[in-house]
Amino acid sequence: MSVSNKVFQFTALLLSFLLLVLSFACSKPTGGNSGGAVKLQGVGATFPAPIYKKWVDEYGKVNPNAQIDYQSQGSGAGVKAAQNQTADFGASDAPMSDEDLKQAKGELLHIPTVLGAVVITYNLAGVSKPLQFSPETINDIFLGKIQKWDDAKIKADNPDATLPANDISVVFRSDGSGTTEVFTDYMTKVSPEWKEKVGPKGKNIKLPEGIGIGAKGNEGVTGQIKNTPNTIGYVEFIYAKQNGLPIAPIKNSTGKFIEPTLETVSAAAAEMLADTPEDLRVSITNSKGEKAYPISSYTYILIYKDQKDAAKGKVLVDFLWWATHDGVKFAQEKDYAPLPSEIVKKVETKLNAITSGGKPLRQ
Amino acid sequence: MAVALLLIILSYIAVRGITSINYEFLTDTPKPVGEGGGIGNAIVGSLIMILLASAVGMPIGIAAGVYLAEFGDNWFGKFIRFITDTLTGIPSIIVGIFVFTLIVLPMGRASAWAGGMALALIMIPIVARTTEEMIRLVPNSLREGALALGAPQWRVTTGVVLPAAAPGIATGAMLAVARVCGETAPLLFTALGSRFYNIELDQPMASLTVQIYNYAIGPYDVEHKMAWAATLVLMTLILLTNIAVRYLTRKKY
Amino acid sequence: MSQVQTTTQATEGITATQRWNIRRALSQTGTTGDAVFRIVLFASVFIILAIVVGMVGMMLSNAMPAIKHFGFGFLTGKNWDPVRNEFGALPFIYGTIVSSVLAVLIAVPISLGIAIFLVEQAPRKIAQPIAFLVELLAAIPSVVYGLWGIFVLAPFIREHLGPILQKYLGWLPLFQGKLTGIGMLTGGIILAIMITPIITAIVRDVLTAVPVTQREAALALGATKWETTKVVLDNAASGIAGAIVLGLGRAIGETMAVTMVIGNMPQISASLFEPAYTIASVLASNFAEATDELYLSSLILIGLILFVVTFIVNGLAKLLVMTVTRGKSGTAKAA
Repeated sequence: MSVSNKVFQFTALLLSFLLLVLSFACSKPTGGNSGGAVKLQGVGATFPAPIYKKWVDEYGKVNPNAQIDYQSQGSGAGVKAAQNQTADFGASDAPMSDEDLKQAKGELLHIPTVLGAVVITYNLAGVSKPLQFSPETINDIFLGKIQKWDDAKIKADNPDATLPANDISVVFRSDGSGTTEVFTDYMTKVSPEWKEKVGPKGKNIKLPEGIGIGAKGNEGVTGQIKNTPNTIGYVEFIYAKQNGLPIAPIKNSTGKFIEPTLETVSAAAAEMLADTPEDLRVSITNSKGEKAYPISSYTYILIYKDQKDAAKGKVLVDFLWWATHDGVKFAQEKDYAPLPSEIVKKVETKLNAITSGGKPLRQ
Repeated sequence: MAVALLLIILSYIAVRGITSINYEFLTDTPKPVGEGGGIGNAIVGSLIMILLASAVGMPIGIAAGVYLAEFGDNWFGKFIRFITDTLTGIPSIIVGIFVFTLIVLPMGRASAWAGGMALALIMIPIVARTTEEMIRLVPNSLREGALALGAPQWRVTTGVVLPAAAPGIATGAMLAVARVCGETAPLLFTALGSRFYNIELDQPMASLTVQIYNYAIGPYDVEHKMAWAATLVLMTLILLTNIAVRYLTRKKY
Repeated sequence: MSQVQTTTQATEGITATQRWNIRRALSQTGTTGDAVFRIVLFASVFIILAIVVGMVGMMLSNAMPAIKHFGFGFLTGKNWDPVRNEFGALPFIYGTIVSSVLAVLIAVPISLGIAIFLVEQAPRKIAQPIAFLVELLAAIPSVVYGLWGIFVLAPFIREHLGPILQKYLGWLPLFQGKLTGIGMLTGGIILAIMITPIITAIVRDVLTAVPVTQREAALALGATKWETTKVVLDNAASGIAGAIVLGLGRAIGETMAVTMVIGNMPQISASLFEPAYTIASVLASNFAEATDELYLSSLILIGLILFVVTFIVNGLAKLLVMTVTRGKSGTAKAA
């Protein structure tokens, strides 16, 4: 009769429902602390998230004791998680700066895992082959100097294409992102005007007044371009490919127009080996070499050289070893370019150097 | 009318998502893209955190609402009311940052506790204000009747006024729960997410909204479909809860 | 005569359940109960106070570097340049206020319409399911709204609504400019859709709670159905104001959905078709990735400004509703 009676009935029902759900949950194989299992949590970049998620799943089959989870929240979150140790490992597309490294609670190592590419994509009706661009053209489009699709410079890059006289709409990333960082890193290398008008490379991009629309995330830019005619922008390779958007070949440092493929992206890393420092923090945009795709980059996993927990550290190190060796085939299936073999050797050296309490974790 | 618009949005989601719903989807954990997988752990995680949030947020919110309605006609009450109104407008991301600094950093990791607390913080102002408005609508004759018969103030409020306002308070509670069910940003910073089933409150926990967010911003169309499907599941769960609460607090004529 | 009538009126107005509750209430007495009660209530209010103080305090301390660096210029600065570390909040304040006000302007008539329809006109069988559906809208995650906005609303505005507005109202600076489907108008409309359920649900409850006697009195005096509805609305004014404020709160703080459709350009433009930027959006977009101290500090400062903006807009909204209804209703309810 009274409300409290009803509340009691309801709560009883709810609790029993919950118990049902929970018992269901507990009966599932994964999760919880099934004796001896080591749990690891990783946080970081969205770009490599598909392959990292595949790796942790596959590695769980190789080593059932390991329960690794990776959550993508962006490179910045990965760096912060590594600095504050709120996760067991972080992931970032761009290497950390010296100041960032100083804020970490110990020595942080950069372990490169795969390579990726930032591509120029667009939405233009009536074009059969993908348009190609030289760095100067890209510069002029983003700075607003080229405003129509049938501009002479675009024609020069694409002599056979029929270009309509429509206005170009630029789409850029409004949020801070590793993709922007790679793109601006490339643009500052190839265009002094960019450095002056837009600024040094960074996670944020500020185009001159009135140019472009900001979209959030790779998916926002992709969605914008896909749904709005006459747009052009830069996104991560996989987004363009998975959404059927055209991918523009870019003129690299040797003058050839190169499409981003597994080979050309790996070539970009390989050609820059001489310039790669020991800590492996390097930018490979505008790489030398004929076959190199000019807007490529590494992506890194960040771990402490000295691991607090020996059990966790061992699983982490073994996992990373497996990922950069046996895991390569999965990466290629998912359109991530593998590391050049020399880099893999350097990764091995680094992994061997990781210790816990003074003792190296890999024998 | 506006109802038509409502149906347009709902049907868009339904059409996009319905094909992906099956038993496995509802009970399995997330798998690498292209290998199926589901939102089972996310459903459980969301339920747990929302319950946590309600357990903390509802009592505080209702109590605050009662205070504002019964004792809140002075300058202090006006001040609190103003603050509470402002709190309803905080971007949830600020709540997330706040709880991150307060709970996640000291704890050294993300946890379901932190997630639940963040959601509670969002709930409290909404529940408080709607409770206050609904209690104010209870006619004074009820209060006077009870008082005249000798009941103490607190009994009048808990035994007479609250039950009378119960349907309205339930509306406020459901609005708060619905709002919180759709929140992503605070959970991202606090509970993180997980691909495992997990009921430990001091570990990262998956939730429907974070999972939907992750699927929606990925490049793969198959994941987009799962995002729509998960949204459908979320809305169904809320609908069911709504119906249940409405049924229990209905006025009998 | 009046004495007898009021008592019967009082008892008739109370249902069986309520009578039972009163009887139960009487079985317990004591001032200790009262004291405990007041302590509990006060504690909860204190918790809210603590939350606000804690949040403001944390934000203030983190925003200090930006305050010291920019001073008052932060409020009037129009430039937001993370690359060169120049930050100004004015475009965001403008964007937040305009998009929220737009949302309320669109949502309130629609919500009131639906609520009145549900309470006064619709038969119960239709009213209940529609009410559920409306509340369901409140539960859709904002990221889903955002995606729907990009894929459905933006093209709709670009291809249908926008051209119509430009054709007939294009002489207003509001509707001039390049039409891409992404901009202030799209943001405002999405916000309006998102806050409609809140306003509708509360107004519906408020309208239901207006005593039947008011309606009966009006009808007895010969009012039409519409005029009776107006009487009911006047009675419910304070509750409606509360609903609008809650809706406004949601609109001001909404992040994901707005970010995806508003264009994210820090600029001030008279045209509703131009892209804009709100405080919540810039926070959400950049907080996770910001590592530079001044940048972070500026972001937090702009969040603090949002608090102030919410204060002001809330106050104005309440003032507006109260002045509009003050003349009509006799009882001045506490704000």
